[in-house]
Amino acid sequence: MKPKFLIGGGVIVLALGYLIWAGVTQSAVYFVTPSELQAAPVSGKAYRLGGLVTRGSLNWDPSTLNLTFSVSDGKTTIPVRHRGAPPDLFGEGRGAVVEGQWTGEGYFKATHIMAKHSEEYKAPHDTKEAQSKGLIKTLDKGER
Amino acid sequence: MIPEIGTGALLVALTLAVYGAVVAALGARRGRPALVESAQHAALGVFLLVTASLLLLVYAFLTFDFSVRYVANNTNLGTPFYYRITAVWGALEGSIVLWSWMVSLYTLIVILRHRTSARELYPWVLTVMLSVVAFFLLVMTVPAPVFARMVPIPADGRGLNPLLEDSGMITHPVALYLGFTGFTVPFAFAIAALVTGRVGDFWITTTRRWTILAWYFLSLGLLIGGWWSYHVLGWGGYWAWDPVENAAFMPWLTATALLHSVMISERRRMLRLWNVALIVLTFSLTLFGTFLTRSGVIASVHAFSQGSIGVFFLSFLALVVLTALALIAWRWDTLGAQGELDSVVSRESAFLLNNVLLVAATFTVFFGTVFPLLSEAVRDVKVSVGAPFFNQVNVPLFLSLIFLMGVGPLIAWRRASIENLKRNFLWPVVVGIVAAAVLRLLGVGSFVVLVSLGLTVFVAATITVDLVRATRARRSMGERTLPALGGLLRRHNRRYGGFVVHLAVLVVAVGVTGSQTWSVHTETTLKRGEQTELGGYRIRFDGLRESQESNHGKVTGTFTLLNGRAAGTVLQPAKKFYPQEQSPIAYVDYRLGLIDDVYVVLGDFARDGTSATVKLQVNRMVSWIWIGGLVLTLGTGLAVLPERRKVA
Repeated sequence: MKPKFLIGGGVIVLALGYLIWAGVTQSAVYFVTPSELQAAPVSGKAYRLGGLVTRGSLNWDPSTLNLTFSVSDGKTTIPVRHRGAPPDLFGEGRGAVVEGQWTGEGYFKATHIMAKHSEEYKAPHDTKEAQSKGLIKTLDKGER
Repeated sequence: MIPEIGTGALLVALTLAVYGAVVAALGARRGRPALVESAQHAALGVFLLVTASLLLLVYAFLTFDFSVRYVANNTNLGTPFYYRITAVWGALEGSIVLWSWMVSLYTLIVILRHRTSARELYPWVLTVMLSVVAFFLLVMTVPAPVFARMVPIPADGRGLNPLLEDSGMITHPVALYLGFTGFTVPFAFAIAALVTGRVGDFWITTTRRWTILAWYFLSLGLLIGGWWSYHVLGWGGYWAWDPVENAAFMPWLTATALLHSVMISERRRMLRLWNVALIVLTFSLTLFGTFLTRSGVIASVHAFSQGSIGVFFLSFLALVVLTALALIAWRWDTLGAQGELDSVVSRESAFLLNNVLLVAATFTVFFGTVFPLLSEAVRDVKVSVGAPFFNQVNVPLFLSLIFLMGVGPLIAWRRASIENLKRNFLWPVVVGIVAAAVLRLLGVGSFVVLVSLGLTVFVAATITVDLVRATRARRSMGERTLPALGGLLRRHNRRYGGFVVHLAVLVVAVGVTGSQTWSVHTETTLKRGEQTELGGYRIRFDGLRESQESNHGKVTGTFTLLNGRAAGTVLQPAKKFYPQEQSPIAYVDYRLGLIDDVYVVLGDFARDGTSATVKLQVNRMVSWIWIGGLVLTLGTGLAVLPERRKVA
């Protein structure tokens, strides 16, 4: 191998390393339970908050598109605000994973809601569901 | 009785596959053709038995045999006829049956095509193919028994996942699996080449069409998957960098690299080791993808206990990788490079860089996909990286690849002179820059978009330059333009097939760039008769109605498009209520166009039908992605045509 090619290869590896490093630091999303979020909330950081939608907390106003609810892991409850209609599988007493940010004003601002089935569900394309399923399982174990 | 026959057939097939794999290897080692012939009969037997099991499974679905757990879980009395057939591969167990059927079919085709032409390699190819079939049959016997009974027999089944009741589900898995399994053939040839020590170009030239076809089916599977995601899931996107998608995308990337690296090997006798490594990597990634998506490992490390299937795939993967590595180490001396790179500015370098970038992209996708596992294992923090990570890292890589797509096919071999560069690239570069400048003047502000579209135009111009020049050359020999072009495509079908595939990639790239840049969406609640406007389209909500379908109830909203060329078009998005599901499923409606798709999802509605919340999207240039799929089909067809003997 000629040195030219080694240098070229080195440049590519460095560039790739930088791209990956920058990508990870800028787009990391932290998976937390309500208790974990309350223990160390950082406003502005991207979170994926998983838990069960508390019964009686769901409030949907079609005219303003404001959707509010709370997510709980049995110990801690976090209020969530979202703009937009509730997704299909979403409902009180069911599991949900909400992506968004902690606002520092006492509520979680959701940008995306991933609802889940509580029964066994085998859609080959639904890993997001599988993810929340895994989470709820973990949560269930924590409660017992 | 039927399920027992199916299970029995699969067990016999497993035995036969193992027997065939062993005797084919013995026949090769001892030089006894009778043993290889016996392996051939075994392969035929395996194919017939797996076909029979597949048909029995279809039969079980068509007759609603709910005593079979798999049937009961994936269908019910209301499932329409076509979806009862596609439900066969609607979940894991049936997918494995389809998968092994395809590998056994491929084995049969290999026997028919290469029995005499690849004498030395052939018995070992048979051994590898039959071993792969045996693995899938083993999976069907132990961790995922498709014909397992259910006690007590339910009166009705659970029903197919409603999201899978779609025509895309007929073709998407089939295309994807044809692609995945198709790589078994070049992989088997590569292993056979290593075992016999004939690591030259023979295995590569023999499997060229196989690799192209497998790559094509995989591409098609990915595109149809995008179409399914777009028109069924109701989020208006076609690609989410979901682990399941990534699992299919990684082997596509390495296979694309392989398609290009073999061209340098044929011409310059370089990169033997690299080619073997790429096909092993591609085949391993198809297994890894299945492991990743079917074992539940990516959801959480703790989900490993969900079934033993993950362990099976992981073990087989380890076996494949270790065997290949051992063989490569054994043949290390013969795999050494034959040719040397002469210059950085040459076709070899362009192709090499293309390979490096494709493998780099594979690595980033791999890294992003397993990142949650890594971070949980290393730091005990659950972190994932989503679409922004993949886009940010891959966009520069893909743009560089598009650039190379213009350079590679035209630049000179060995060492390109200034004259050569000028002759081939002066005009395309000028045209590309002018295109970007015009777009800038038209108000396109994003740098990435300008680069992307400028590069696309540059590559299209290189293809045009090449075609025009070659046609002219033939015309100067006295041919007329159209026959000259036709003769060119036919005579150099590999080259121009490749060009057409490149055009397809460009069309897809324009679709991706356009849709990511110019699509708009809104969400609003409308009263009956009220209008809303988005991206130049006005749409009116005309009301709701209820209906009952064979296996679900439905609430349909009626929306009318008020302006534009498609004024008067009625869009009817719905919510479907399946008794076996706890929640409704959205049914999207849309009007597709070359530039704009108007895309409507019914969000929520008032029970009395007076108002509805609607998600409205105007998605731009998404259709180009599907058109790209058609162009890809044409290009692949041209590339795999039998070569014409050159007339002296």
